[in-house]
Parts: sequence; C-alpha cells; structure tokens
Amino acid sequence: MATEFAYPDSEAKNAAGEFEPEKMSLSMGPSHPSTHGVLRLQFELDGEVITRADPVIGYLHRGDEKIAENMTYNQFVPYTDRLDYLAPLANNMAYAIAVEKLAKLEVPPRCQAIRVITAEMARISSHLMGLGAYGIDVGAWTVFLYTFTEREKLYRLFEELTGARFTTSYSRIGGLQRDVPGGWTDRVLAFCDQFLPILEETMKLLTRNKIFLDRTMGIGVISKPDAIAYALTGPNLRGSGVPLDLRKDCPYSGYERYEFDVPVGSTGDCYDRYLVRGEEMRQSVRILRQAAAQLPGGAWYAVDAKKIFGPPKDKIMTSMEELIQNFILVTEGPQMPAGEVYFEAENPKGALGFFVVSKGGGVPWRLKIRSPSFCNLSILPKVCVGAMISDVVSILGSLDFVMGECDR
Amino acid sequence: MPEAVNAIAALQGRFPPATARATLDHPAVNVPAAEAPAALQFARDELGFDMLTDLTAVDWAAGVSPRFTVVYHLYSTVRHDYLRVAVDCPNDEAPAVASATPLWAGANWHEREAYDMFGIAFSGHPDLRRILMWDGYPHFPLRKEFPLAGIETPLPDPEVAAETRAKVLPAPMMGGPFVASTGEINLSEEEPQGKDESWSERHVKPD
Repeated sequence: MATEFAYPDSEAKNAAGEFEPEKMSLSMGPSHPSTHGVLRLQFELDGEVITRADPVIGYLHRGDEKIAENMTYNQFVPYTDRLDYLAPLANNMAYAIAVEKLAKLEVPPRCQAIRVITAEMARISSHLMGLGAYGIDVGAWTVFLYTFTEREKLYRLFEELTGARFTTSYSRIGGLQRDVPGGWTDRVLAFCDQFLPILEETMKLLTRNKIFLDRTMGIGVISKPDAIAYALTGPNLRGSGVPLDLRKDCPYSGYERYEFDVPVGSTGDCYDRYLVRGEEMRQSVRILRQAAAQLPGGAWYAVDAKKIFGPPKDKIMTSMEELIQNFILVTEGPQMPAGEVYFEAENPKGALGFFVVSKGGGVPWRLKIRSPSFCNLSILPKVCVGAMISDVVSILGSLDFVMGECDR
Repeated sequence: MPEAVNAIAALQGRFPPATARATLDHPAVNVPAAEAPAALQFARDELGFDMLTDLTAVDWAAGVSPRFTVVYHLYSTVRHDYLRVAVDCPNDEAPAVASATPLWAGANWHEREAYDMFGIAFSGHPDLRRILMWDGYPHFPLRKEFPLAGIETPLPDPEVAAETRAKVLPAPMMGGPFVASTGEINLSEEEPQGKDESWSERHVKPD
C-alpha cells in the first residue's frame, strides 16, 4: 500500500524495448530559501518540466496536539503563537473563541473589538511578510525593504499592546491579557493613514512589472473545483474565484458590524493570489479604521465567568475570594463542560480550525488543530505537475504557507 | 441563499442506522463504519456539503470500546454551514475505516496524518504512509498510552545511527507534565540548566 518515492531508473525501457526519456530526480529543501521554512520537495523531472512532486513535511512537528492534552486551556495560549508565527494574534483569538464556544461564553463587545483590531493588524503584518518574501522569490528585492519597514511599525504597536513583538500570547479564555494602553488606538489609526500610500507605492513595484507578470501570470493555476476539493481556504481559495470568507459567511467576534469587501480572483494563478492579498490589506485597513474609531467601552473580559477568567490582579493580594479564584484557575484551569465544538476563524493564511473534545474540567481530552497551511500545501502534488522547476519558487511563494502551522 | 437543510433527518432517512450525536455547536451525526462512504457521498452530492474542511480522529483511551472515532467536518461553500460526521472504528486493536480520498482529494493528507498519529488504516487510500513522523517510526504518538515525553527511538537513518550512536530521546519532563513536584526535589538545583555539551574529538561525549 505504501509507495515510497522511487528514484527514476535510467535503464528503464518501454514495451517496444526503447529507452524511456530519462527522468531526473531533484530534492529541494528542507533548507532552501524559497521553501519558506523546513519544507522538502521531491521532484521527478523530465528536462525542466515536473512530472511528479511529493512534498515531505513534518520537520517542524512539535506535537502541539499531544501537548494540549496535558495542560490547561490557558496554558496552551503560548503554543498557539507558534502555529502561524507570522500572525500570532490571529491564532490567539481563534483559539480563545473556540474554547469560549465550548463554555457558551460570549465576551463583551470591547473585548471582541480589540480582538478584531489585533487580528486585522496580524493579517496586514502576515501579508506584508508574504508579499516581501514573494518579491524576493521572483527577483524583486526592493519590495521586501518596503514591507519590512511597515511590518516593523506594526510590531512596535504589538509590543506596546502585549509586551512582546513576536510571541504575543494576548488572548485568554474569556478575555484578554490586558486592556489596550491609553492612546494606542490613535496610534493604530495613525499607522493606517500613513500605511495606505506606502502600500500603493509598494504594490506599484510589482503589479505592472513585466518581470513579475511573466513569472506569475498563468503560473500555478488552481481551478475552482480543485480548490474546493483540496479544502483550500483564505486568499488561495479566493484567488481561484470562490468568494468564501468566514468573517462574512459565519461572522464571529462581531465582524458583522464592520463594512468590508471580499476580493476574489478570476483565473486562480499566482498573480491573482498576489492581487487578493494586496486588496485584503486595504480591506483590513478599512476594518481597522472602523473598529479603532468606535471602540466600545465597558469590560474587556467576561466579568461574570468567574470559573473561566481570572480576577483583576490588584484584587488577588487583597481579597480572599479573588485569591482562591485565582488559585483554582491557575492550578485546575478554566472549568469547561463536556462536549465537542469545532470553530474556524479566517486567519491570514486561511481557515484556522480548532476541534475541542472536552470531558469536563480544565484540560481538553483532544484538541485538533486544522491548519490552513497544511491543507493549502496538500494541493502541491497536483499544481506542480507540468510546471517548470523555476515556477515552483513562484507557486510556493504565492501559496504563502508557514511550516510551523503546517507541521504543528 | 439556499435554505438550510435538516442534514441529520435527511441522513437518517437514507441511512436508518445513523443517529444524532451530542454536540455543542454544529449538527452532528454518528454513522456506522460500513455506511460511512455512502453517507459522506450523500452529504456531498445531495446535501451540498461540498468541502471536507477537517478530518481527524479521537482516541477514547485503551479499554474503551469503540476506542477510535474518526470525525469529519463538512462545510457547504454555498449555505455556509457545517456538519460533523463521526464514524466509530469497529476494531479497537486494528482500527480501519474506508478512505474519503475518492470523494475529496484533500482527504489524502488528513488521512495520512490520522494514520500517522493514531494508526487508523484507511482502506482504499492511494498512498497511506506517515506524513509528520518519519517512515519506519514505530509508535502512534497521539494514542493515549503514548507518554508526553516520548519514547527512546533510533534515528531514522540506520547509517547515521550507527555512526553517531545518537538516538531520539524522551524529553526531560522534570517530574511530570509541566508541574514541578515541590518537596521532592531541590528546585534551584533541578531546574533545566545549560550544560557543557561541546563535544569534540578531544573532549568526547560520555556514554
């Protein structure tokens, strides 16, 4: 049943006793600049054309699902940072909402709005990284310098909000790590104002660039039925013309309150996926402006959920009840009912899903992470066949995956 | 927008052994393993759940029967709703269900992962081999009896293993899953610390 990847036999003859056209095998990765992490690709080539592709994944497998079964729900939040490590804030939010659905807990509007702001900032930061790296992949260095400058500004805002630039661990079950600092939303709005002109300038470097067009248009075409059959999500699915965006279709965290459009591609090639990501950044700015301008007041965590969210820190050392509450929460974890929930959030890379099986108590019985990069990469054996070896770099960059999330 | 369908009633109408499954969110249904391929095809073609968004398995621990359940999450890209289909594996020792890869190409990698982590054989799968762990790895890590720290295992390449005498070792757990057992050990001495591991030809690694 198991078919090992066989290296081609140069002595192979066909039925008429003639030598077969010689196939070459090529192993790309696991450490290769265009594989964006530790992805290995085994190719069978006929000249420069790929006749077979077999991705080898798992180099970054850390057993996150096993680890989750051995710790309380809040303890797992830092592990979600390390799934899609280019958008940790979005992962934090998706995980928190999944567990809150288990508890049938609705967080206050302010908490929802803050989460939306952080998720959209994470989307911009992730797409900037994807765009810059894609530019390098196809030979346009300058884009990277522009996008990284902007990303750095976002990271400064993340640091101000969460205390960390990269591994934010911002969500808690039932709330957040802390409220937004004073004046922070104004700085987010200021970022939006200066970001849009720079985004235009950056994308001008690529959108009508002859070299870029030659390397992306008509390359790596994914048809609509294929995209659905392989369960592609996010910009990769929308690039193929399927207008599926969970923020619109199954709104969560108050996304129904914001006005934004869902960009879709028409042909499903690398260029369409690039355009979709570019437009998504503009739409994220739209959401950011609405959310930051009308940030609701009130509590930023579920105040009544005393068995799920911890008491205010200043009360712990002065009040007996809060001390006990905090102690139970830290040692036993947030108390959850038994049952099963599945929640997917529209992350920068696609639909990040958490399937939580609980038997009650503070530790999940099973936590399955449905990672968009895993599903998006599973189409590689199909989309690479027939492509030139140099197009693989372009296809990989346009799929914009993260191995930390793919391998978990 | 098309009207919502009562997926559970429709499935039960076609497949009477199917039963509603306890759920906290999306409609969920239990389907016997023998009926699973037909029921999934019915859900895809007749009920409009055209995307298999997730496929995974749950281990209910050794001694529980049925021990393994394969869980499918289907999504309708038109109606935007989910359906959870759970299939109990009939054999607890050698769990097996029919593959969904003929229905959804995307099931390929998900089933390889479920095989890799739980040892569930998907009959009819075109290429059932490990995906996250390496070929030849002897254990199924997400089964409940597999320890969190891992199990000592030789390196995947026998030549490298013979040359380096290195193995994949269990992780140091320091007294239990992320819990320091205070009172039994001196925490300040027992905490993981940077150790001198600069092995060289002159300074050989102690056995």
